[in-house]
Amino acid sequence: MSLPLFPSGSDPGPSFVELLRRTRNAGAQVPAGGLADIVSTAGPPGGLATTSLPGVAHGTTIVALRYDNGVVVAGDRRATEGNMIAHRSIEKVFPADRYSAVAISGAAGAAVEMVRLFQTQLEHYEKVEGTTLSLEGKANQLGQMVGANLQMAMQGLVVIPLFAGYDLRLQKGRIFTYDVTGGRFEETDFHATGSGGRDAKNTVKLSFRERLGRDEAVDLAVTALYEAADEDTATGGPDPLRGIYPVVATVDAEGYRRLEDPEVAEHFRHILQRRSERDEGGASS
Amino acid sequence: MTMPYYVAPEQVMKDRAEYAQKGIARGRALVGTTYDKGVVIVAENPSSTLHKISEIYDRVAFAGVGRYNEFDQLRVAGVRHADTKGYAYSREDVDARSLANVYAQYLGQVFTHEMKPLEVEILVAELDPVGTAHQLFHIAYDGTVADEQRFTVLGGEADAIAHRMAARFRQGWTLDEAVVASVSSLSGPTRRLRPADLEVAVLEHGPWRRCFRRVEDDELAELLARGEPAEMAAESSAGEDAGPGLATEETGEGAPGHA
Repeated sequence: MSLPLFPSGSDPGPSFVELLRRTRNAGAQVPAGGLADIVSTAGPPGGLATTSLPGVAHGTTIVALRYDNGVVVAGDRRATEGNMIAHRSIEKVFPADRYSAVAISGAAGAAVEMVRLFQTQLEHYEKVEGTTLSLEGKANQLGQMVGANLQMAMQGLVVIPLFAGYDLRLQKGRIFTYDVTGGRFEETDFHATGSGGRDAKNTVKLSFRERLGRDEAVDLAVTALYEAADEDTATGGPDPLRGIYPVVATVDAEGYRRLEDPEVAEHFRHILQRRSERDEGGASS
Repeated sequence: MTMPYYVAPEQVMKDRAEYAQKGIARGRALVGTTYDKGVVIVAENPSSTLHKISEIYDRVAFAGVGRYNEFDQLRVAGVRHADTKGYAYSREDVDARSLANVYAQYLGQVFTHEMKPLEVEILVAELDPVGTAHQLFHIAYDGTVADEQRFTVLGGEADAIAHRMAARFRQGWTLDEAVVASVSSLSGPTRRLRPADLEVAVLEHGPWRRCFRRVEDDELAELLARGEPAEMAAESSAGEDAGPGLATEETGEGAPGHA
């Protein structure tokens, strides 16, 4: 690789996606760039419009909710291929940068690739410009990436991310959701997506209140995932045998922090204890 | 028919080198050195927004002296190179050595083939992921690369500063000691540099993946205050440390466009 220099007229600026596109057009030796290839070229010819391509892993339930001074994001660890479990321990919640998190559901391969591109894009902007993007700016960037994936989405490889972060200017947690065209919507308090998203969302909805503490919010997110796993086959529950627990992360003024597995396990123990106490007298549902 | 004048290649190279050196000497110097926990770069830079030191990647930092627009263009190209490489392969595959080579290629190319050489000297520093074998690559205006493990000096007065630095350097010293020694080497015996005249950044392992951190003015003032008494003692025991070739008055103001 030689030094990527551009004449002033065709400088890609602080955009990493644009940089990949230009270096590729210039015929430089840039190895295949995954999603960026998809972004710049049309997908394979149509006719594959199935919702489940064989052998494509799908990630499932993710949930995010706001608490008094931040936001918690959680995702189960299961990926499915049709009715089979493809992976038991994939991760769907990632730090996008220091003050934001991105969680994914949908076609796992394309989604993880999108996250990698998004992370690089945010850091690239920060280094080239010397300042970070606003939270709103980051959310819009992700929307453009989802929109660019539309062609693939039409062929069944849908990627729906959920973006959450701490807005340093407004000093609060914010949650953004997307549709398949890249439409970006801000949620006021909470949201969940993926196959178990409905159950998770309903669980949060029933117990959500303003000014939750961090610990309470984590507990609620974990409960939501537990309920989703209870109702939805594609959502993985806690797996004490293998030591696999959902990924739970919080983003606040201290930045992105992922909870350690024993901490998450502790929350599950509490849930089970509450359930067994409740069910002691009568029949369990 | 007019005949083109013949100019000996030696003369051409000499003229270009002189031109580049003059441009670099107009700017202010910087020192990069290793310490017990990482790498620190100390630059004389009165501007708090136009940086001479910046982050390239997780464990790689960049610093430049000379013409600001030229080394800033190199900085951005370095960020692009590193991010593209890290994205295509993996984050741990990005290293300073290959980046230094790419810079050297480019600077050498410009030096021999273009009318005007770049009036810059750059430093690419890398933090060792596990041990203490940190690396400092010093790349000159003509593409010459030097690899240092102790310290390196870039910019005008480099020889005199390096001489002062050599008298102070100790393997495995602390950040306080390294910064104080770098600052007094930069300032020389006749001047005194305040935190506002300096730009300091370190590469050090912390809780985050990205190891680059700027040492802001408040922290720097504290750090200098802590380290200065020790420096005084060291200086009195070292005695005469003003080396040969120090008979230069250091210019107070840098030339416009040169940092």
